[in-house]
Amino acid sequence: MSTLRALARAQAVASGRAQPVATVRHLHLSERPLVVVPLALAGEANAPLAAMVGAAPDEARLLVVPQPRNRDQRFAFAAELAAIVLPYLDEFRDLTEAVPVDRGRDVRHRYVDAPQLLVPNPAGITFLRLFGRSTRFRRTDGDYPVHQSVPLLGRWLTFFAERAEQPGSSALLALTEALTLHWATGQSVVEDLHLPAVLGWLDPPAGLTGAEAAARAEDPAHCPPAGPATDPDFDNRRLAPAIEAYTRAGDDPAARAAAYDELAGLLRDQLAPTWELMWRGVGLLRTLPAGARVAGRWAGDRDAFTAHAEHVDAGGGPQPRRDGAVAAALRLQRLERASTAWAVQRAYDDPLVMAEHRLSGEAFVGEVTLADPARVDDSGKRPVLRPRIQVVTTEPVPMPVGARLYSPQRPAQKATVVFVTPGADGKTEVVLELSGGMGRGLTAPPGSVPEVGERICLTSLSDGFLPGGAFPAPEETPWTHGGPPGTAAAPPDPAPAEDWS
Amino acid sequence: MEDRLARIRGGGPPRRHNARTIAALTGNPGCTRRAVLDSAGADKPALAERLGFPARFGQSRFAITRGNAFEAQVKADGGKELLRLVAERLGVPVPEGATWTDLGADDDRPERSRAALTASGNGPALFDHPLLGLDVAGTRVHLEPDLVAARLAGRFHVVEIKSFPVIDGQADPGKVAAAAIQSAVYVLALRELLAAEGHDPELVSHEVVLVCPRDFANQPVASLLDVRRQLLVLRRQLARMARVEDLLAAVPAGFTVDPAADPATLAAALHEVPARYAPDCLAACELAYFCRHEARGQTGALGRPVREALGGVEEVADVLALAEGSAAPEPGQAEAAALLRAAARLRADALAGQTA
Repeated sequence: MSTLRALARAQAVASGRAQPVATVRHLHLSERPLVVVPLALAGEANAPLAAMVGAAPDEARLLVVPQPRNRDQRFAFAAELAAIVLPYLDEFRDLTEAVPVDRGRDVRHRYVDAPQLLVPNPAGITFLRLFGRSTRFRRTDGDYPVHQSVPLLGRWLTFFAERAEQPGSSALLALTEALTLHWATGQSVVEDLHLPAVLGWLDPPAGLTGAEAAARAEDPAHCPPAGPATDPDFDNRRLAPAIEAYTRAGDDPAARAAAYDELAGLLRDQLAPTWELMWRGVGLLRTLPAGARVAGRWAGDRDAFTAHAEHVDAGGGPQPRRDGAVAAALRLQRLERASTAWAVQRAYDDPLVMAEHRLSGEAFVGEVTLADPARVDDSGKRPVLRPRIQVVTTEPVPMPVGARLYSPQRPAQKATVVFVTPGADGKTEVVLELSGGMGRGLTAPPGSVPEVGERICLTSLSDGFLPGGAFPAPEETPWTHGGPPGTAAAPPDPAPAEDWS
Repeated sequence: MEDRLARIRGGGPPRRHNARTIAALTGNPGCTRRAVLDSAGADKPALAERLGFPARFGQSRFAITRGNAFEAQVKADGGKELLRLVAERLGVPVPEGATWTDLGADDDRPERSRAALTASGNGPALFDHPLLGLDVAGTRVHLEPDLVAARLAGRFHVVEIKSFPVIDGQADPGKVAAAAIQSAVYVLALRELLAAEGHDPELVSHEVVLVCPRDFANQPVASLLDVRRQLLVLRRQLARMARVEDLLAAVPAGFTVDPAADPATLAAALHEVPARYAPDCLAACELAYFCRHEARGQTGALGRPVREALGGVEEVADVLALAEGSAAPEPGQAEAAALLRAAARLRADALAGQTA
């Protein structure tokens, strides 16, 4: 927790309203995100109980599992969900664009847009991940055949859950996290996991403070939990009798339909408030303009969507239960790089995020007082353009001489610290030598060198290219990491034989 | 001392502890209010209800049914399957058979449990529902765990059967942590029982066997949990509660939380005994909602990381005053005040649209 964000929380407590901690939106928001609000049966291993799904506020579809312990009904639910999710994914598979690769010598194609899933909270992501795990290995033949869409749904849900692990991805978002990335509430991170409470702070009903609205949202009798866990009191008093009534109805069609309606009505009442909150939250996020680097990260999500669609089309297998050594190392590196880039890009896009880094001594803002844009360094073999500028700042400058700094205004340019001279009046003079981002000649194009009087931000955070690590091919996994995985001919990971209760 | 504790809880019988409540004691060891109330055996759920901040620790009957069904399944057939699972997990040869002693059925349980568990003999044996005891704040607490103590290769292992799933070798970390601390309570109690009879307490392993359903089916799978760290924490908190005199020294002489009293009186009485509310309390202590209400306006109520990021200043109002520069920092707050002022200035600049 940075001091700046902590201060925003303190201000939220004092003012009774959530406070902004971002000035732009750092996440991509689809025009038609697929909102999924799942409910699970208590005590079971991720057994779906119900879900409300749809890509627009008036397109809510309610799915219900009348007997959640029944294996066939579980997979019937999966097939129903697949009948919504898979056509939704296909909506994005019409248009592609060409992307140059290999320095323009070749092109590849990617979809111009990609699907986006929204769930209420991180537990919702876990639910989808586990539901994907429980369905992607199911077989459409054999002893317990499932509908052919079920394993496909499982593979896509797994894809989304894996994207959700990657910092900066917007393919699958938990709304509580998306909201608290942009606003600080006056409660703790534990309480921020509760979507109704977060929205209580952000947008309290008339006449209530955020704290009052959040407290009211905690009472399950007043505001049902946002899932996947249900309120135990609801389970015991309402849900259990309704499930029993459905079971008792047996094969009598009329009684069964009546019991089903009763059950569906109960579950709708539990889900509908969260459904409303989801779209209200989406609306709040839409009020923020997107950050400059959001589109670039979304392109990464589109790349991943394209690649997975091609993998599925080409008959590729489901994601393994566990990564091998090489795949795990690759994944870890990819996530680390994404995490670094995510932190840097948010700071570049958003002065309020950069302020957190200014406070921690990773950046400072100052005014350019001297500039020599024509300075040429001819001490080497060839003369090179190396303008110098002097920046005066009132902020601390802990960077040592020789440090490389960058400016969000000119991300392609490097500024090397030459002198740091603390003044008597609390100001610091910093002399920097610039390279890059000024063309190839010995004269800097106008605007490429900061001018006297300009206020610029300089930071040690770099949004530059991070070279990838070199990893061996899977068949060359060293013995220290378990050696090559079995014979290459062996099936990747046989569907684990599981019987269902 | 007993009288004083009885007066605190309002004269009724002390509320009985179980492994769950003892485990919860380790959650926030710095909280005096909780240590005093738990030492006295006060009825915290009733108290919270009376204060208008009822605890929310309901359990769904679906979860209870599923837990019982899984436990019955694992223990079925004289524990044959359980024995195989435990032995294989411990890496010892699966014995031909083991004696199965259910200590849960009769009247004279403490004595019978003691006798059975400390009887000589080294053969493989499973003891179901052993009754164990532990001293908590000077009173003997009886624990009636649903667990099995397994004696294999001459050592005892606590076997805990839980119904949360282990999927691809991973389980919910929160649930595993809760199971670990509860199991540690049983390990401690079992060790004390053996030690009291002159046996080596180390005969009880610090590794407990957790039996859970595997993946999405009902097949049980056994895992080992090392509870040494939990044992340390538990011992420390129990030792602290054993010195209940020290705890009570900080408590006003007439302090009582008789649930029959008027809510305003109760609240006033509780304010006299300092709590140390943290957001984690919400998941562990019945009184948490009351304490949270009381801690409104304190930085600690936002979580310890927030409080630390704010330089350790306790009151939100003080934080904002220091940040605005409208209050002079107290001695020792100079650094925090400078940080807060810088943060407030940067925040205001960025929000006012000063990009750089």
